[in-house]
Order: sequence, then structure tokens, then C-alpha cells
Amino acid sequence: MTLSIAIRKQLGQFTLDIALETGPGVTALFGRSGSGKTSLVNLIAGLVRPDQGSIVLDGRTLVDTERSVFVPASKRRIGYVFQEGRLFPHLSVRSNLLYGRWLTPRGRRWGSLDEVVDLLGIAPLMGRMPRDLSGGEKQRVAIGRALLASPDCLLMDEPLAALDRERKAEILPFIERLRDAKRLPIVYVSHSVEEVARLADTVALIDGGRVVALGPVGEVFARAEAVGDWETGAVLEAIVRAQDEAAGVTRLDHPAGALVVPYIDVPVGKLVRIRIRARDVTLALGEPGRLSIRNRLAGQIVSITEGPAHDVGVRLDVGGEPMLARVTRDAVRDLELVPGLAVTALVKAVALEGT
Amino acid sequence: MSDFLSPEELTALWLSLKVSTVATLVSLPFGIVIALLLARGRFFGRTLLDGIVHLPLVMPPVVTGYLLLLAFGRKGPLGAFFEQTFGLVFAFRWTGAALACGVMGFPLMVRAIRLSIESIDRKLEQAASTLGAGRMIVFLSVTLPLALPGIFAGVVLSFARALGEFGATITFVSNIPGETQTIPSAIYALIQTPNGDAAALRLTLISIAISLAALVLSEFFARRVARGAVA
Repeated sequence: MTLSIAIRKQLGQFTLDIALETGPGVTALFGRSGSGKTSLVNLIAGLVRPDQGSIVLDGRTLVDTERSVFVPASKRRIGYVFQEGRLFPHLSVRSNLLYGRWLTPRGRRWGSLDEVVDLLGIAPLMGRMPRDLSGGEKQRVAIGRALLASPDCLLMDEPLAALDRERKAEILPFIERLRDAKRLPIVYVSHSVEEVARLADTVALIDGGRVVALGPVGEVFARAEAVGDWETGAVLEAIVRAQDEAAGVTRLDHPAGALVVPYIDVPVGKLVRIRIRARDVTLALGEPGRLSIRNRLAGQIVSITEGPAHDVGVRLDVGGEPMLARVTRDAVRDLELVPGLAVTALVKAVALEGT
Repeated sequence: MSDFLSPEELTALWLSLKVSTVATLVSLPFGIVIALLLARGRFFGRTLLDGIVHLPLVMPPVVTGYLLLLAFGRKGPLGAFFEQTFGLVFAFRWTGAALACGVMGFPLMVRAIRLSIESIDRKLEQAASTLGAGRMIVFLSVTLPLALPGIFAGVVLSFARALGEFGATITFVSNIPGETQTIPSAIYALIQTPNGDAAALRLTLISIAISLAALVLSEFFARRVARGAVA
């Protein structure tokens, strides 16, 4: 599936000017509040008309101002999970779920009610009214409702933003399952580094109504301007090798070395993503001695960039993947760090919690 | 009941109920459309339409009745049109009483429905459209059910107004027993008649009973609807 967008839209003083092409998997629209992410999603869904430009989904033109084409939202077959759920208050959970399904011709339907209910774990909620649901439950029903309309593509606009940490942790696995099991193309809007690092394949960084960076999640997040200095970091993919519940850790395999992270509930052999923030990375020359730091990755310095303050960004190549360390200028001088030098990147296991 | 009321009084009671029911049911679809236009429409003349709808609320009922007589009397332009096209005569018939009652209750009905339509979160309608619902289905499955409390309130208000309508009705269709003499007209006529006091009082009690029943009923339904509709 490909989604090609080239549109302009004036919204008061704000100009949205987006050119974007995405492939299959999860594409994250990432950026600060007010950067134009939601407006872009509304344009894709057909809730807003562009002033100029076109949107094409898999060869199907959804809007083209040149040719005066505008497919209304009801005919686009694009599922939309809103930030606030927007369940119909006068319908039961079951009727909410089946709303889009009733409107979908039999031949176009995929998935079944039972399958979606199982996937989202909402079987016990079926007879309830939306007002009797918790925030997390509402959001799961909203996802199910969008899926049961058998969409060609799913838009999710900060579906977890209104939820607390625990509810987020409750829903993220469902979205992951959706990504992995359904192979449904998803456009995921978020300003949360954690969510995007965990879910996205491709990231489009949006700022001031424009796409300022586009690429694989690891590449975009290794750039300071993408996520702000404090949150800059690398996203590494590693395979679960062993679970050590007694020690409360999960052991992972990565081309650059073994990784130890606080226990995550994922079966052995599965691929997981680990986000390592640049500020949590320590650089060492040679093999360090006995340290409490669990993670040691062998790498090579690619480049050294002066930061805005006293800090320096050191870009590494660890097992073919980019990684970023943030150290002081003093450390660079003392260790005589230069591009090409072999170093060991050290990361405390506990710094990896929550990713 | 016939022990308590004379046949004439009973006739007035049934006529009142018939006139009010017909007035309310016939004006309901128009009320919904006009309320929708006023709540959602962005067109030239919207303020004028709003003003015209509200006129019967602020004008003296006699004036409304007289205007109806001019327009819907047998020689009036609209009256002639309806008679020729549908064979429907309003002048001095119960249908005219229903028309007068409908017109007088219309502003109240439109106001209540309009308010409830305006309070609907349009984002829910957007959500419905992303699920494949076209405009008509969105209206029937989301807008209309969510406006139900207002529609019900509008129906009750309009019905109550129709039951109490006097000025416009008596001006337009006079006070003919068995045809246009509703409870208020009957009470008025009885008060003018010697020894009519007892009958007038009986009809007054009936009138109070119907009004109370309508209020209780509307409260009951409003609560049921509210329980189903609040998120």
C-alpha cells in the first residue's frame, strides 16, 4: 500500500503544506501540538477539503483539486480512531462496533466481530453503554469500531493521549498486534517518543505545517531536531534470547552485543525495539572493568557534532545501526574521540525501562 | 365519564384532543426540518426565517387568527389552493382549528428541537461518516436519535399550547359546537351562558388533568431518553 499526499491548506494564519509518500506498515506523524498533524489526518480522512493538491491511496484518487475530484469521507474506506474515542452515546458497545459493518457491503468485509472482539479483549463490554466504560475501554471499542468497517487504511490520531500510563500500557499491545497480525497500513499521529519508537516503521516529522524529516524510525530519532535534545536517541531492534524472571530482566541479542533490559513480557525469539536516549549512553575506550552497567555495545564513531551548549553529539555505528551518545566537550578532548575510533557504548539496563 | 360530563362537553373534550394531536403530528416533520435549517443552515434569509417562525409567539393571537383567515379562508389565496388541489377546507372546520393550533405551537416546537440539535457534538457525525455513513444515514442514525429529547420536549410543548389555544382559533374558525369548539372555546361559551358555571368548572378540571398528565408523561420520557443519551 502506498499513500501519496501533496496538499496545501490555509487554516487561519497557519499554512499546511505537505508532500509525503508512505509505504506499508505503521507511519507515524510525529511533531509538537499545533504542528498540523491532526489537520493532515482530517484531510486524509476527507473531513476537510484541501485548497490545492491531491491524495492518492493505492492508486485510488481520494481528492484532486486539479481534476475536481473529492471522494466524501463516507466513501473513502479509511478507518479513523479519534483522540477522544467519539463512541455513539446512544448505542451500546455492540451496536457501536457493528455500525460501520452494517454499512459495508458483504463482499468488502474482512475480519469478523468475534475476531476483533478477541483481538481487543472487549468481550465483557458488549452489552454496556459507552458512558459505563473507562477511558481505555472506550478507546479499544473505538479501534474495534473502525476495524469492523473493513477499512483499507487506518488513521489513529493520538489514540492514547487522553489516557494515563497504565491505560496506555494496556492498549499499546493491541495496536502492536494489529500491526503484526493484520498487516493493515496505519497512519499514527503522536507526539510521544515512546509510542512512536515502539510502533512506527516510518516516521514523518511534522513542524509548522511541513514535513521536515521522513525516514525509518531509527534514523529520524537519532537527530536532535526531531525529538528535542533531551529525548534524542537511537531505536535498536533486538531479538529476545532469554527471560530471566528471577533476576527481573530480559536478555536480548543484537549484532553489536547482548543487551539486558528490565523484564518485558514478550516470548523468546520475538523482535523488540529498544530506545536508547543519547544522554543515557556512556562511551568507554577498550574493555571496561567491573561495572554495574549491564549493556556494552561495540561500535565505531561515525561523526562528532558540537551541540548548542557544552555537550557534543557522538554518532556511532553499532552492528550496522545508528546510535547516538551525548557527552561533554571535556570528555571528547580527554578521550581523544575522533571519527573512526572504536569505542564501547555503555548503557545502564534501568535506563531502558518503559520503552 | 358520561355521567360526569354532558354529551356536549364530551364532544368538546374529544375535539380538543383530536385537534391538538393532528396539529402536533402534522407540524412535527416541518418543525424538524425548520429546526435543522436554523441550527445548521448557512443561507441568505436565515434570520428572516427565524423571525417568521417566532412571530406567532409574540403577536397577539387574534392577529395570527385574522392573518390565517385572510390566507386560508375560502377566498384566501392559500385556502383556495388547498381546496382546489387537495379538497381540503380550513375555514370554519376542525382542520382550521388544527391549523391555528399548529401555527401557534410551532415556535415552541422549533425552539426545543433546534436547541437539542445545536447541542449535538458534530464530531460524532464526522465519526459516523468515516464509518461509511452518507449524509442521510448520519442524520437518521446519529443526529435524529441524539435530538430525541428536544424533539419530545417540542412535541409536548406544542401539544400543550394547542390544547390551550383560544384567540387564534376562535378568530379563524369561530366557535361551532362539534366542529371547532375546543375546550377553551367551550369554557368561554359556558361562562357567557346563564347557569353554565358548573359545566365550565367541569371542563376546567378536565383541562387541568390533561395538562398535568402531559407534564408527567413528558418528564417520564425525557428521563428515559436522557438516561440513554448522555455519554
